[in-house]
Amino acid sequence: MTSSPDAAFDATLSPHLASVEALTSGLTGVGYIASRRIATALYMAVKLQKPILVEGSAGVGKTELALSTAALLGLPLIRMQCYEGLDESKALYEWKYGKQLLYTQILKDRMGEALSDAPDMDAAMDRLHGMGDLFFSEPFLEPRPLMKALQERAGCVLLIDEIDKSDEAFEAFLLEVLSAYQVSIPEIGVLKAETPPIVFLTSNNVRDLGDALKRRCLHLHIPLPDAALEQRIVASRVPGVEERLNRQLVGFVQSLRGLDLRKSPSISETVDWARALILLNASALEGEVVRDTLNVLLKFEQDIAAVEPQIAELLRQPAG
Amino acid sequence: MQSALEDFFRALRAADVRVSPAEAIDAHRTVEVVGFADRELFRDALCATLAKSGEEVARFEAVFDTFFDRRSEAVAPAPPAGGNGGDPMEGLPPEALESELARMLLDGDGAALAQAMEAAADRAEVSRIRLSTQRARLTRRLLEEMGLSEIERILAAARRLGGPGEAAAERLEAARKALAAQAAAYVERQHELYASGSGKMLREEMLARKALNAEGGIDPVDQAMMQALVKRMAKRLADRYSRRRNVAWTGHLDVRRTLRKSMGYGGMPFDIVFKTRKVDKPSIVAICDVSKSVAAAAQFLLTFLYSLNEVVDRLDAFAFSGRMISVNKVLDDHPIETAILEVLKQIGFQQTDYGRALEDFADQHMDRIDRHTTVIILGDARTNYANPRLDILATIQQRSRAVIWLNPEPDSYWSQGDSVMNRYERFCHVAKTCNTLEQLERIIEDVLRTYIPH
Repeated sequence: MTSSPDAAFDATLSPHLASVEALTSGLTGVGYIASRRIATALYMAVKLQKPILVEGSAGVGKTELALSTAALLGLPLIRMQCYEGLDESKALYEWKYGKQLLYTQILKDRMGEALSDAPDMDAAMDRLHGMGDLFFSEPFLEPRPLMKALQERAGCVLLIDEIDKSDEAFEAFLLEVLSAYQVSIPEIGVLKAETPPIVFLTSNNVRDLGDALKRRCLHLHIPLPDAALEQRIVASRVPGVEERLNRQLVGFVQSLRGLDLRKSPSISETVDWARALILLNASALEGEVVRDTLNVLLKFEQDIAAVEPQIAELLRQPAG
Repeated sequence: MQSALEDFFRALRAADVRVSPAEAIDAHRTVEVVGFADRELFRDALCATLAKSGEEVARFEAVFDTFFDRRSEAVAPAPPAGGNGGDPMEGLPPEALESELARMLLDGDGAALAQAMEAAADRAEVSRIRLSTQRARLTRRLLEEMGLSEIERILAAARRLGGPGEAAAERLEAARKALAAQAAAYVERQHELYASGSGKMLREEMLARKALNAEGGIDPVDQAMMQALVKRMAKRLADRYSRRRNVAWTGHLDVRRTLRKSMGYGGMPFDIVFKTRKVDKPSIVAICDVSKSVAAAAQFLLTFLYSLNEVVDRLDAFAFSGRMISVNKVLDDHPIETAILEVLKQIGFQQTDYGRALEDFADQHMDRIDRHTTVIILGDARTNYANPRLDILATIQQRSRAVIWLNPEPDSYWSQGDSVMNRYERFCHVAKTCNTLEQLERIIEDVLRTYIPH
């Protein structure tokens, strides 16, 4: 499939993929502020036609990256959420048992009619073989996310979310899909993607992924952003936020990350918080507003209890 | 550039970033796409193909900076010849005219010198450096490959000439010294690139095999490395065993569930269900001896307990020397260094009394043990001739899934002196010597793998 990249994969010809800079500005256009490293990794993934494994703590924009890429390239997004116990009948395909059943019944009814004029048993068998076996055929196949992604003619963005939650067996099963963009169905044969999808895998590091899987993917670690980048993200996600408030709230969140918390606030929390502050018509950060809305940022009782007495102090720091 | 990339992969491998041949091919393809012109793009793109975890990214960046830094660093030029604008070779004997190196040195041609040094380094196989003791020898070989003997001959000849030759010899001598310093620095960087990582790995390997109750215990210098090692080990074990799994019981049809599933298809058994058995998450009660007799190993055992506590959900940890206390809270609340000290402060280094400790356990914590629990006891079974209370251990054995005793002493000591290990042994499913990290990992792994519920 690498040999005919021009016919396949029209999306690679998109002007957004001409260079890393074009990709960065394209992503900005759809509301995703990408650091240079993120854009480079994505660019390489498309150019090398390799899946990309995105790691990082919850809420740094792993899933969002896939959504934005789909939006940017105008491709459909197919999403598969992984969980313990996910198996191929839910991820790849299943037979439409009910319809197969109906089919056999129709077949039984019509059989006598179709074979009635056969002179003897051998002729009847010949005719039976000649009728073609529909029982295991594509019309009876119920495609699940992975197969849907391979069947999309114009390509698509396939998001395999939280791969670390799935079982090791499932991870092994993914290898064929990820390296050759094809699946084997025992009853039919190998189905190959006409246009390989752009694959994103995300992981929260619940468990270590196997080396075989890692080897097949490009790796992208999204860290928590620095203040400048985060301000740009907030400004792009929450258009109503004022420059001064933006600077203050990002500064506050950044100093929170310096504390020893069970769960540090990540970008999605910052954005939620900015929205909350806008709803409350807050024009600047004050102790009381912060105290009331702290539960948007921090998700653990102990964390809130630990931060509350320090609010005044933390507010003073970024201002100074 | 091909060989430069290969060298780079080798440097990465030395820094413990795994680069398989397939990844190397990917990296070459990456380079084809992005080219070398944009250094940052080049780095980020290679990073995405080669580094496969957060730590690997950090190591990749360090190696990248060291490795590609030397290429842009020009060898400092020698002082120009007296500033009179004359031929720098003036005053040197005729053989100097044929020496490439002498010309480069006196011209102060940094780029050419750097290239010559790279080429010589290839011939001298400097990048094969493994140990810090090889540095001096390799520096010497590098200089020899560059043609140092030539320079020395010229120097000697120039000195014999005297007069203008003397001044030229001075200049050449200074340039030669500068070159020697550069060569030493070059070798030093190579050492950093290719050998520092392997040195660390060697050390870790040694540490994993070192006897924990050896004289003097673990070197304080190694403590941090030890803790990191134990932590990694505990994480690895937990990764593998902390999930609830169904293991297929091959070939046994589950008739009841198959019939139930076939209802939807008018009684046709489309979905065949096979019997499975559940593999439980490990539930562990760990009891750790921290008395005087195991003082050397106690720190290590506690470190292990601490790491296990971080990764196994259902772990109850106890420590004892004279009496037994639950240390769950200490392990949960403190970071590792203070947690261990805290436990030792509360209960450590007293006279051992196994009987008493077991009584404490029976009185207060016996209900923690049910038939899913694996009990791990870490201790030397030296009772100071007190009543060992075998009956309590027998009860524990009956109630639990398995009792595993890990003893830091070799089994030839188990019946000597005040050790009652051979008597306790009867009530253990597994009793083993365990005094290195490696043994510990192997045993715990066996434990987690073999004891599936009945």
